[in-house]
Amino acid sequence: MCLGIPGEIVEILADRPDLAKVDVGGVRRAVNIGLLDEGEAGPGDWVLIHVGFALSKIDEAEARAALDFLTSIGQAYDDEIAALRDSMIEQG
Amino acid sequence: MRFVDEYRDAGTARALGARIAALCEPGRTYKFMEVCGGHTHTIYKHGLEDHLPAGVELVHGPGCPVCVIPMGRIDDAIHIAERPDVIMTSFGDMMRVPGGRGSFLDAMARGADIRMVYSPLDALKIARENPDRRVVFMAIGFETTAPSTAMTLLRARAEGLANFSVFCNHVTIIPAVKAILDSPDLRLSGFIGPGHVSAVIGCRPYAFIARDYGRPLVVAGFEPLDVLHAVLANLEQLAAGRAEVENRYARVVPWDGNPRALAVIDEVMEPRAHFEWRGLGFIPYSALRLRDRWAAYDAEQIFGVPGVRVADPKACQCGEVLKGVLKPWECKVFGTACTPETPIGTCMVSSEGACAAYYNFGRFSRDRVREATAR
Ligand code: SF4
Repeated sequence: MCLGIPGEIVEILADRPDLAKVDVGGVRRAVNIGLLDEGEAGPGDWVLIHVGFALSKIDEAEARAALDFLTSIGQAYDDEIAALRDSMIEQG
Repeated sequence: MRFVDEYRDAGTARALGARIAALCEPGRTYKFMEVCGGHTHTIYKHGLEDHLPAGVELVHGPGCPVCVIPMGRIDDAIHIAERPDVIMTSFGDMMRVPGGRGSFLDAMARGADIRMVYSPLDALKIARENPDRRVVFMAIGFETTAPSTAMTLLRARAEGLANFSVFCNHVTIIPAVKAILDSPDLRLSGFIGPGHVSAVIGCRPYAFIARDYGRPLVVAGFEPLDVLHAVLANLEQLAAGRAEVENRYARVVPWDGNPRALAVIDEVMEPRAHFEWRGLGFIPYSALRLRDRWAAYDAEQIFGVPGVRVADPKACQCGEVLKGVLKPWECKVFGTACTPETPIGTCMVSSEGACAAYYNFGRFSRDRVREATAR
């Protein structure tokens, strides 16, 4: 829950500009980007995600480093990804 | 990728360790507190203490929001959850946290409808799909999750969802750090500042630590070398007679934080006059409650909670661990009566808790400590 997970924005949803489809370690989910400035992040950008919300935009190198850290801690990251996979945020 | 390899490089870690050792005054001991549970994780996982000279100690701070939830608040949440019209929701980390009357899992076994969610938005979706039930989200976390709760409430209001509410347990990091600085038990030399909390609050709120307490604080990322760099930066400041707030995680943390996130928190929540932290007691203005104009979404007001104070179990020494006075393995029940499967205290529940991190990864350093003390 405290772990920020990096994800890559695939697309901004046309009917909901506050939601983006994001690829997180191969899992694709909608996340809320309403805490970022408007137009700050678009397809191809990386964001740090906390509980379904993008909290900050990061660069790709930082995203890789963060992923590396997360995979190194094992179970906690697996749990977070599993929770994200089960998450139901779609049009919400 | 080269960038990542650089962080991991054991040779660089050794070199940093040598620079750290060179800055230590002989005979002086240094204690640096890492405020955030993510850093605790890195330290144990990578055995970073092995790279530090004997005079440098890393102490673990209160930065694990699951760990600081007092028993009484769990009981209050269960009190709400046991109403037949309620669906209680919370993060997976909360499920095994023991209260005075057991955990969420125990309440579920007694028939309460409690569901694990990844995001408050998932709780909102459950509310949308169950118009005849009242869906409560037990919100926990520091400034990294508070904006998400606030955004979810804004969304609930925009949609006119009347069956959704929040049991707000958000806490704020600054008053906790201040309480630790004011506590006589511990003389800290400096701080490793949290990474992601700082991405929200920025670096300015830490200024008082340098100004009023003369301690450096270095905001750091979560890679092993980030943590060692932060120790070095602390020591460089001390050696030069300086105490400043330094941002070594500028690749994620803007100096002013995330103003939008701070604005939504402020729109929906305000500081609580008092909030109890497990093991630390009541700390004034250290938590957030929903503003009065959000009363219709405030589970505490809608349902009324007993608000009883439950003393921690006698065997539990989480308070000392959260203040950094005791190391996890120094707790009498660590690894015996208290394990991640059967936690007595909260520090053993969350993966970010010092006891759980230590239990999972800390064996090597523990052996090292045993050797050192046997000598
Ligand atoms: S071992 Fe258990 S009871 Fe002791 S401090 Fe850690 S979590 Fe608390």
